[in-house]
Amino acid sequence: MSTASTTPVTIMRQHLIDPEICIRCNTCEETCPVDAISHDSRNYVVDAAKCNYCYDCISPCPTGAIDSWRNMRADLAYPIAEQLLWDTLPAQVALDESTGVGAGDTAALPDDVAKIAAASTAGQGGIAPPPWSAAHPYVNLYSIQKPAVATVSGNFRLTAEDASSDIRHIVLDFGNASFPVLEGQTIGILAPGLDANGRPHHVRLYSVASPRDGERPRYNNLSLTVKRVTADHEGAAVRGVASNFLCDLKKGDQVNVVGPYGTSFLMPNHAGSNLLMICTGTGSAPMRAMTERRRRKSVPAEDGKLMLFFGARTPDELPYFGPLTRLPKDFIDINLAFSRVPDRPRQYVQDLIRARADEVVRLLQDENTYLYLCGLKGMEQGVDAAISEVCGNHGLAWKTLQAALLQQGRYHVETY
Amino acid sequence: MSIDYSQKIPNNVNLNENKTLQRALEHWQPEFINWWKDMGPDESQGFDVYLRTAVSVDPGGWAHFDYVKMPDYRWGIFLNPAEEGRKVNFGAHKGEAAWQEVPGEYRSNLRRLIVTQGDTEPASVEQQRHLGLTCPSLYDMRNLFQVNVEEGRHLWAMVYLLHAYFGRDGREEAEALLERRSGDADNPRILGAFNENTPDWLSFFMFTYFTDRDGKYQLCSLAESGFDPLARTCKFMLTEEAHHMFVGESGVGRVIQRTCEVMNQLKTDDVAKIRAAGVIDLPTIQRYLNFHFSVTMDLFGADVSSNAATFYNTGLKGRYEETKQDDDHQLSDASYPVLEVADGQLLTVQAPYLNALNERLRDDYVRDAVAGIERWNKIIQKAGIPFVLGAPHKAFNRKIGPLSAAKISPAGKVLSEAEWTHHHLTWLPSIEDRAFVSSLMGRVVEPGKFANWIAPPARGINNQPVDFSYVRFN
Repeated sequence: MSTASTTPVTIMRQHLIDPEICIRCNTCEETCPVDAISHDSRNYVVDAAKCNYCYDCISPCPTGAIDSWRNMRADLAYPIAEQLLWDTLPAQVALDESTGVGAGDTAALPDDVAKIAAASTAGQGGIAPPPWSAAHPYVNLYSIQKPAVATVSGNFRLTAEDASSDIRHIVLDFGNASFPVLEGQTIGILAPGLDANGRPHHVRLYSVASPRDGERPRYNNLSLTVKRVTADHEGAAVRGVASNFLCDLKKGDQVNVVGPYGTSFLMPNHAGSNLLMICTGTGSAPMRAMTERRRRKSVPAEDGKLMLFFGARTPDELPYFGPLTRLPKDFIDINLAFSRVPDRPRQYVQDLIRARADEVVRLLQDENTYLYLCGLKGMEQGVDAAISEVCGNHGLAWKTLQAALLQQGRYHVETY
Repeated sequence: MSIDYSQKIPNNVNLNENKTLQRALEHWQPEFINWWKDMGPDESQGFDVYLRTAVSVDPGGWAHFDYVKMPDYRWGIFLNPAEEGRKVNFGAHKGEAAWQEVPGEYRSNLRRLIVTQGDTEPASVEQQRHLGLTCPSLYDMRNLFQVNVEEGRHLWAMVYLLHAYFGRDGREEAEALLERRSGDADNPRILGAFNENTPDWLSFFMFTYFTDRDGKYQLCSLAESGFDPLARTCKFMLTEEAHHMFVGESGVGRVIQRTCEVMNQLKTDDVAKIRAAGVIDLPTIQRYLNFHFSVTMDLFGADVSSNAATFYNTGLKGRYEETKQDDDHQLSDASYPVLEVADGQLLTVQAPYLNALNERLRDDYVRDAVAGIERWNKIIQKAGIPFVLGAPHKAFNRKIGPLSAAKISPAGKVLSEAEWTHHHLTWLPSIEDRAFVSSLMGRVVEPGKFANWIAPPARGINNQPVDFSYVRFN
């Protein structure tokens, strides 16, 4: 906590160019519609006062150097003169806690966690601010050196016995230890044993699938949605260390847990705030947490529309399929897409977004709508294209809207 | 400005409204594919490659990534959007409306410019066709193929102009572009550097850094052209060209980084020990640099050239960043310094600016190329190794223009024939150097693995992880 300052401090995501990776090809400067990018003989730089987050420069950059961001106090943003002198990007500085944004804590995150967070939010260009009405998250309470010990109080298979994927609902109880989480936050699991190089396994992150008051309200527990990993993204056989460890747990077993993490992918808490949720597979975990939070109506004022697009291969493989289908239609608008049902055309979440274009656009135009995207990395592009298309058909420029949503903490992506 | 992919030839030029042109290009298309299958990347036509394809020419749409088999890549015709009220910005026609058709009197000069540019595109694909067999990683293999398919697209860009604006002559030139072969004794490619071999990956990275950068500067000056379709075509090509610069700069940088790592591990600068550890010593990298830099210097043409003056004066080819230059854009009374050898030394003399435009473009290029070499030096510095790479003098090892008659050291000293013979192997790669570099080239295709002589990149392509399967072999 720093000196008592009376003026509120705003946090910005400052757009920067990594001078170590940039090859000075001038494509970004050529592309920028507002002339925010300039250069000298040494560096290409972005003027924080001019950049309007339109993202036009991002995809044409051949190196990825343009896709660099730092959460900064707006009054301390790096000026151009300073950027021109850089040989490397400065590290993320710790932000003053009084700003109300926990971004400062990212500086203290374990390396593994920071890397995963960076990769999973890459689709939105880095970690974004949370909704303005989000509750303040606790982060990094338990470190790898001093993890919390949780006890398994339940482990249930969510997918049908004959379904090809084994997805489980695992309930962890923290006993007397304090482990506060918010919907959308993640926790880290430390799988026991050593890897092939004799080092402890990397931390694996899992989104919490239960609301803040616990899987069972007022008990000190939380739930996870875990898929047993038996193949990598390319389909090659791989036994996921942490997921298999978790899926094999029995009631009463103990687990070392670190975290919690996440200061951005959080739900809004103000009256009339809408949730537009798009997910596949276990990407449903944070959506379930948020939906449960609203369903329990623990805070009656927190109403607002809920719309869910959820994709899986078949109904048998869709976690929480049964409970989901029983939710009242006037509580949540559910759209399920199945890509591998025999004799039926393959359907993906983006197809349903197109089919429900009017409602999606109406929601997106409402300033109280918050969009969440969670699932495999592969879904990002398709969903983005679909939203862009439905917006375009309604005369809405998605790129511009997306930039605004990001800035206002209304657009959150977590993909893996 | 989206691209019509429903057509046989994807395009944003309303090709289906000009049936004659469409038929002519559809006739050329299978010939191009045959050329690609014959002369494109060797033994790789069935691979699924994670490639970038343009789906529109606006910033959001031209970088669409997906797996594609290379022969199925959607080569097409993409022009940057027209700029309303664009003018001819230099030369005798300065201030007139930019031409949408070829002015009759400039037809043959313009055709020559387009053919010369167009010829380099398939040439480099031919030069690089065997490299996939010795790639240092899947990531690099993918980058090579991306460069290759985009060179193919740049050929399409030039062929479109030939077909659309040059009638029968243009169609014949388009055929000839598929008939010449890089390095062929009877029917070679037009420019010298494009008949050189690209035998190993260090050469490839040097080529993409130095020689493709010449391409960038040529495209930049053609993007200033008073002939609007050429300007718009080149503008879009430049966006793609940036990736080629990136492959070169980061490729050489990663080679340097790996060498420095090994030097620090072994605590040695002994070339024999460094080579024994399977990495490329810095002096060899310097010699490769000298070679590629000097070969590229020649691509800019003679230092004093009446052709260059004509191309400029007639509004066909401008300077680099023409519209940003603060002068009269006609240059009839201006002068520009060029080099001459007199009395055994290099002298700077003033030449009429119009005749010295090749030299001007060469100087612009040198500034850009040297800045990148300095960034490589930062890698060496960071490793704490006392070695500095440098660009040779622009008169070093020239084969074109008056300077080709003299022997000049990398430091710019005029040498006797005997001195040159004695020293040149310390400046240019020897047969042994090339044999050593070749000996390191083995194929590494396990995702995330890299050959011993090169460091992994800092980032993957399109935010993918470095160990992503950038190529699938099926």
